[in-house]
Amino acid sequence: MRPLALFYLQQFKTTFATMVQYRASLFIWMIGHVLEPLVYLVVWTVVAEGAGGRAGDYTTAQFAGYFIVLMLVENVSYTWIMYEYDYRIREGMLSAALLRPLHPIHADMADNMSSKAITLPFMFVVAAVLAAIFHPAMSPRLWAVAAAIPALILAFLLRFLLEWTLAQAAFWTTRVSAINQSYFVFVLFLSGQVAPLTLFPHALQVLAAILPFRWMLGFPVELLLGRLTPVEALTGLGVQVIWVAIAYGLMRIVWRAGIRLYSAVGA
Amino acid sequence: MKYIRIFGLYFRIGAMGEMQYRFNFFVHLFQSILQLGMAVGGLAVVFSYTHSLGGWVPDEVLALVGVYTLVGGLIGLVVYPSMEQFIMSVRDGTLDFVLVKPVDAQVLNSLQSVDIWRLIDVGLGLGVLIVALRRLGTQVGLEQAALFIGMLLTGSAIIYSFWTMLATLSFWFVRVENILEIFRSMYEAGRWPISLYPPWLRFILSFIVPVAFVTTVPVEALTGRLSPQTLLLAALLSSILLVVSRLFWRLGLRQYSGASA
Repeated sequence: MRPLALFYLQQFKTTFATMVQYRASLFIWMIGHVLEPLVYLVVWTVVAEGAGGRAGDYTTAQFAGYFIVLMLVENVSYTWIMYEYDYRIREGMLSAALLRPLHPIHADMADNMSSKAITLPFMFVVAAVLAAIFHPAMSPRLWAVAAAIPALILAFLLRFLLEWTLAQAAFWTTRVSAINQSYFVFVLFLSGQVAPLTLFPHALQVLAAILPFRWMLGFPVELLLGRLTPVEALTGLGVQVIWVAIAYGLMRIVWRAGIRLYSAVGA
Repeated sequence: MKYIRIFGLYFRIGAMGEMQYRFNFFVHLFQSILQLGMAVGGLAVVFSYTHSLGGWVPDEVLALVGVYTLVGGLIGLVVYPSMEQFIMSVRDGTLDFVLVKPVDAQVLNSLQSVDIWRLIDVGLGLGVLIVALRRLGTQVGLEQAALFIGMLLTGSAIIYSFWTMLATLSFWFVRVENILEIFRSMYEAGRWPISLYPPWLRFILSFIVPVAFVTTVPVEALTGRLSPQTLLLAALLSSILLVVSRLFWRLGLRQYSGASA
């Protein structure tokens, strides 16, 4: 356990040093991640205003709250591994990672967590500014915020394991961008990025409850906003645990099969 | 005329390169349809709760999605790949080869790489635009059509100048690819009518990253809600920016010292 902790600590230092070096990239990255929820925030508040102050079970101010919290939760669970992996395998860069006596997922996870530790404070500032502009309404309860902590950790783990597994597709095909894009369609609509899931038709809501996407984004958001009952929260945490277990199993199987196919370029 | 022929040549080179990978056509078609499906799906969800969005009816927003896809396709077809290659050539010194050719270097730099698969987006965008117009049922008169094309051209000139200036920055700052990414994420906001956004964001999307002029404004022209002020502003801004970007390009070029020589 101690070597692993040391490893994560060292990775944090490395990532931090890299990010300080590329400050502009950090800023540009943030624009993209603020703009998308902001666009939907604006669209839905306009819809709610036009419909007499509410649409579905959200008021104008609650929409603002939803998308601001969504932006923060997105920052917690987001990964970029699917873009990077393809490049890594094509260029033969995976070889170095394979030489280390540690499963390569640890390096990626540590890198991902470190960069979030750095971006999160900035995102809080952005959230505060957006809150001052859009006057969101939230009714968080203490127990729900407490329950949101494990929910956020599980959401991060689920999304990370799932996208890391999907990134392994690069072992089999060079057309990963088509796979990635299909995946993001599901994420966009079924995780709650376009709209709170309760605004969707019933059939889609059922689908979202079964598939993993809601559990890596929409669920913690709704929990933080205080929109779930204790029973719903507990069930949700249970579903998250099940999905993390499934994703972990998948990751092990796919990694083992994929690594057999890998033949480094340039080695 | 000469430049059209040159563009035709680069287009042929781009097409010949990609024709070796014919299966890619289906992959790109699939991706473009997904992208469009995402946009239309988003509209469907939003319009299941309202009949009009900031005064725009669903089919008008659909027309906007059409123009958004069409223009995005045109940018991806030639502007984005050419600028990307230009930035790279400043870094590794191959810009020398462009400069010694007996044609205008700025024009050549803007045409030098063609990603033919983006034609799919152009086609799909045009298709969506036509469907939306037919559903709207409004008679698009000659005047609106002319205004639409005029606004599309001024908008394209604004966007092109904006891109040229961004790319020209690479003469001073060698790594500017990241700046191009800003445009990508800002362009997403153009899928919705610009009038929805709060004033500060509207200002950014009109004058700092001028997405509005190439998405919302042409559709306004088509649906007959273009104000004379906007028309004048677009015309003025496009001519000013074309001149400014030209001057900026020449200023930047003076910085270039080559890497191989």
